[in-house]
Amino acid sequence: MTSLETLISLLPTLMKGLVVTLEVFLLGSVVAAVLAFIAGLMRLSKFRIVRFLAAFYVEFFRGTSLLIQLFWIFYVLPFFGLDLSALTAGVLALGLNYGAYGSEVVRSAILSVPRGQTEAAIALNMSPVLRFRRIILPQAWPLMIPPFGNLFIELLKGTSLVSLITLSDLTFQAMSLRTTVSKLEIPIFALLLIIYFVIAYAVTLVMRALEKKATVGRA
Amino acid sequence: MALPKVLSRSEDTRKQRTQLIKKTQEGLKVGPNQRSAETTPVVRYRGVKKSFGEVEVLKGIDLDIMPGEKVAVIGPSGSGKTTLARLLMTLERPSGGIIEVEGEPLYHKRVGEGLVPADERHIARVRSKIGMVFQHFNLFPHRTVLQNVTEAPIHVKKMPRRLAEEKARAMLEKVGLIEHIDKYPGQLSGGQKQRVAIARALVMEPKIMLFDEPTSALDPELVGEVLAVIKEIAEKGDMAMMLITHEMQFAREVADRVLFTDGGKIVEQGTPEEIFEHPKSERLQAFLARFRNGFGGGSQ
Repeated sequence: MTSLETLISLLPTLMKGLVVTLEVFLLGSVVAAVLAFIAGLMRLSKFRIVRFLAAFYVEFFRGTSLLIQLFWIFYVLPFFGLDLSALTAGVLALGLNYGAYGSEVVRSAILSVPRGQTEAAIALNMSPVLRFRRIILPQAWPLMIPPFGNLFIELLKGTSLVSLITLSDLTFQAMSLRTTVSKLEIPIFALLLIIYFVIAYAVTLVMRALEKKATVGRA
Repeated sequence: MALPKVLSRSEDTRKQRTQLIKKTQEGLKVGPNQRSAETTPVVRYRGVKKSFGEVEVLKGIDLDIMPGEKVAVIGPSGSGKTTLARLLMTLERPSGGIIEVEGEPLYHKRVGEGLVPADERHIARVRSKIGMVFQHFNLFPHRTVLQNVTEAPIHVKKMPRRLAEEKARAMLEKVGLIEHIDKYPGQLSGGQKQRVAIARALVMEPKIMLFDEPTSALDPELVGEVLAVIKEIAEKGDMAMMLITHEMQFAREVADRVLFTDGGKIVEQGTPEEIFEHPKSERLQAFLARFRNGFGGGSQ
């Protein structure tokens, strides 16, 4: 049996990794959300070329593996003169990949706001920007939150891949502990499991709170 | 064959107005160049057509609506009556013809002698004279009753919030909803929702208000309260109205003029008396007979 002390002795190393994981996760989520909105709105554009560009981005990043995207951004792009730090590469790959999925969330949420809402806004002579900002988005937003919650949790789990492009994240630290401290596989990987779960659950709680706030007063 | 004759409180004023409108319409016949400012129709359709794909739903509509005139539009479903209103509200673009609002083309700009397609800014400016109440209310579910009504005055007309709220309260008082102003639409009955929608459109002070089957989506027991509000507005206001309705009794009581549309055309028009008691065309006779036999749903 492992003593409490050995467990505690593992924590500092894992915490160092946790900081990196959280950093990649939060930055990646921001990039993903921004790209999701940009691409999602582009797919609703009345200009065919804009729609096409967004569709190309979405299909490309959904249709290829995240791991290979990471490798390309970190190991291949330098050959084209684009030398990114491991953190930037990791954040970018995660953001591009989950942003592609997220754009579908944005697009379908906006499309699910009834046509009558736009018509009422036109009848009140609201400009397209005003219609979107004051009428459509506030109604689409609550619909986006649950699927975005799913994506953020997926993204969190995806961060474990950045250990493969030299980032010392949580998973990387766990793996290195395994090789430096013997016979502690069970507690190390148990802790790893628990830490990921706790972050994921925190994301769930935050999204739930956001959803509650976004739907105030609605029956 | 006559519908029961019901005299509304405002029968006399309505008759006076009808006469006035008839005079101005006769005045129009002298030709467009001699039109004076006071006889300019608030809305004029000239050869307006609309097709959806292969289907032509409006086959050339010519129609003048005078300032303050209350025009009811009746006709079978699919006759194009809703499209008539939706084109004016810019929810659909006409396939042909010209629509003018107070003498100014809605979808076109005058350049010299000719007309060119107008930009969004021009359309928005002309559109500000038009308001609409929808069959399905289309209230903003994420805004309270008061916010539904103040939304456009504050953000479109740039009215100071306090003034907008003051006006909105007055309007909601008028439609009998002052005690519900902090509720959300989801907490209201259909009839209440529609009255909020009416207040929301009224507060923008349009020159013409379009009512697209405003009671068709309501439970029968809620129809009366909405019709009563519309009727009151019609009696008081100098705002023109286009009432698309299946409520024949209501059309009769409120309208100065009734249009009967069928197959994408205005088949017959006249005073309520002419239309309901002396229908000329066979199609109108058949349509009214169907209603009398109870297929159209009664009013109030």
